[in-house]
Amino acid sequence: MVGGRRSAVILKNQEPGTRNQEPRTKYQSTMHKMRKSIFLSLLSVALIFGCQPRHGGLAGGGAAPDAASRVYVAPGELDEFYAFFSGGFSGQLSVYGLPSGRLLKIIPVFSVDGEKGYGFNEETKPLLETSFGFIPWDDAHHPQLSHTNGIPDGRWVFINGNNTPRVARIDLTTFETVEIIEIPNSGGNHSSPYATENTEYVVAGTRFSVPFPQQDVPISSYKETFKGALSFISVDPKTGHMELAFQVLLPAFNYDLARAGKGKSHGWSFFTSYNVEQAHTLLEVNASQYDKDFIAAVNWKKAEEYVKAGKAKEMPASYFHNIYDDNSHMATSKEMKTVKVLIPSECPDMVYFLPTPKSPHGVDVDPTGEYIVGAGKLSADMSVHSFSKIIKAIENEAFETHIDGIPVLKYEEIVAGIVSSGGLGPLHTEFDDNGYAYTTFFISSEIVKWKVGTWEVVDRAPCYYSVGHLMIPGGDSKKPFGKYMVAMNKITKDRYLPTGPELNHSAQLYDISGTKIQLLLDFPTVGEPHYAQAIPAHLVAPNSKKYFNLEDNVHPHVTKKESDTRVVREGNLVRVYMTTIRSHFAPDNIEGIRVGDKVYFHVTNLEQDWDVPHGFAVMGARNAELLIMPGQTETLLWEPDRPGMFPFYCTDFCSALHQEMQGYVRVSPKGADTPLKWWVGNHE
Amino acid sequence: MVLAALLLVFVFFFPIWSITLHAPQYPGGVTMYIWINKITGDTPGTLQNINILNHYVGMKMIEPDSIPELKYFQFIIGGMGLIALVLAWVNRKSLYLAWAVFFVILGALGIYDFYLWEYDYGHNLSPTAPIKVPGMAYQPPLFGKKTLLNFVAYSYPYWGSLFFGLSVISGFLAYLFYKKRKK
Repeated sequence: MVGGRRSAVILKNQEPGTRNQEPRTKYQSTMHKMRKSIFLSLLSVALIFGCQPRHGGLAGGGAAPDAASRVYVAPGELDEFYAFFSGGFSGQLSVYGLPSGRLLKIIPVFSVDGEKGYGFNEETKPLLETSFGFIPWDDAHHPQLSHTNGIPDGRWVFINGNNTPRVARIDLTTFETVEIIEIPNSGGNHSSPYATENTEYVVAGTRFSVPFPQQDVPISSYKETFKGALSFISVDPKTGHMELAFQVLLPAFNYDLARAGKGKSHGWSFFTSYNVEQAHTLLEVNASQYDKDFIAAVNWKKAEEYVKAGKAKEMPASYFHNIYDDNSHMATSKEMKTVKVLIPSECPDMVYFLPTPKSPHGVDVDPTGEYIVGAGKLSADMSVHSFSKIIKAIENEAFETHIDGIPVLKYEEIVAGIVSSGGLGPLHTEFDDNGYAYTTFFISSEIVKWKVGTWEVVDRAPCYYSVGHLMIPGGDSKKPFGKYMVAMNKITKDRYLPTGPELNHSAQLYDISGTKIQLLLDFPTVGEPHYAQAIPAHLVAPNSKKYFNLEDNVHPHVTKKESDTRVVREGNLVRVYMTTIRSHFAPDNIEGIRVGDKVYFHVTNLEQDWDVPHGFAVMGARNAELLIMPGQTETLLWEPDRPGMFPFYCTDFCSALHQEMQGYVRVSPKGADTPLKWWVGNHE
Repeated sequence: MVLAALLLVFVFFFPIWSITLHAPQYPGGVTMYIWINKITGDTPGTLQNINILNHYVGMKMIEPDSIPELKYFQFIIGGMGLIALVLAWVNRKSLYLAWAVFFVILGALGIYDFYLWEYDYGHNLSPTAPIKVPGMAYQPPLFGKKTLLNFVAYSYPYWGSLFFGLSVISGFLAYLFYKKRKK
């Protein structure tokens, strides 16, 4: 029924040039109760502010007439781009192909994943260790591809965990999480990871300022005791290993988003802030009072010099650094005890504040590095700052005032232009390869295309509904790849068949290769894809690993041959050294386990072929399964609590005799003297 | 005749035969290479993968260590090369012919031996095999293409055999264009 009505709407609106009121009519015609609340109020805000009639683009919610053929990737053919979408509150990272919008993989990062045993098997548990202990969930936000010379290089993706501040690194040879570092003195890691031009650093700016050092204080002491830390995490250019190099301690504002400079502004990083008012209750009103908030411009090369010169204070801290190794197939966890902190008042020329209207959200740097776009999320217009003007203003000491020793530059001295968008609620900007910028407008639910340098708006396209981030392949880099643009929408409503109150967030793919933006495709995403990045497939696909070499496996409990399989008891701890190969476990019969034992199944997959994982699940396991890639060893802890015969089996359909890939564990009562025995086949 | 010996050196550096299996699950094919002294595949895991596939129909594991030919065949080739060098020094027309004819016979025996191994693998099946197809044997072709259940097997000589052949031809040429060395 819904589908029928929807297609009628599309047909009705497929004539060009008739689309400006279309979203409203669609809302009015709907019967769903949910739609009344948020969106109508936002829409009325949009109307009060006098949303200009839009022109250009395609008809209504309809796609370009030949859209189907432009996103169709025929069976057996491959997508042109990999796109990495944040899983938002799913804590994961999903991998899509573009232009098809096909989901290729979900990579568990900050949240446990029973499907892959991630965070359940003994090998990956250390990745989720923090100073708070093991944490099975986080809110992932912004994927960031590693860059070389300001261009995505296809080696790693970084992503931030917002709730318990962390940054993770995903290796693009295995598409697995290989490192997670916790950020101390931080509360809500939102302006992160946003790599510098050569991935010298990924950053982590705190969204919620917290007392420094963390302590029990009344909230009324906010202005005195709270601080906002911006962390710079160095990345080893060979191994990718992260290290918390230093933190810059700023006033207690909310540091929202960030981008690194590039080209002429290489060496700087920019962070937006809101709540310069320093409110601590009812922020929706109290943090929206000032006309301008700040973009913090941090000269990180200068900061490096101060660190070298010994100007950083070594402060006590507690944060975890977890690294996964592809040869031992294990993660290790290490607690770090100190952090280097730089105080701007003691380090001149390191931080400047750029006044920017109306609680700026995104801060985006154009491909040349000259223009810094601050999207004042409560306004219609956007201020674009000029990097050369900033440098000149610094030289001329064109300062409005100082805050905690940080110069605030004069707004008029640094602004290069204003984009009068005609939209409302600008959030994020990315760039194409033809000198255009594309900005999302949450409130007016559209993307506006404008010319960098002239600030002239040239086109606009509606989004369904309320777009947050957008992404153009390489759109944050020195050389955008262009061609496509993806809008990540916060509200889905009627774009798909309804699935109850909760709906997957909707992404929309546009063609931006011509003068007009053309809608090609809607596709659902996992969790909330705050942000995504995409890269041409040929920069990643050739490096994708097919399996792990068994020879290189140095797991402490690896079993490389079936003849080495065994069961070893150490007190009430039992280690089962097990192997899998099509289509059997060795051993597949085990006796002599007793109630109260801690049984570790160390399962090695002896296969050496692409796409032959084996699963391992045992009845009553209170964790998850194992999903073991060829050449890999994984460990499941099983604590039997009752006597009996318990089956285990392969969970991943591996072969024609997959159903036969099973075994039994005999569990005897506590203190029983059933001898420890194991076998496979006839050699009992 | 020196050329004949030199060409034999190349036989050590290239496989002499290749067998490629195609199946729906192996769109790129799985190729096994037979050398004079080893068996390899297009990946380090190929031999294991072929053995895994074969065990469902009860074929024996292909274990290079259990095939004695792979141990002594290299000495035969090496020996023939050395003999060729000695003959080049001795320079007797009849001996050249004898060497070449003997080598052809050796080659034929080698191919026959290869056939016997293929026959053994293809027919000597385990009685407890999970998949038993009455009347079915799994002997790969000696030369050419053959369908074996879901697999299509292609078997052809590889670069090593070319050098082997060229070496034999060089032996015959040495005989045909024999010139007495001036003293």
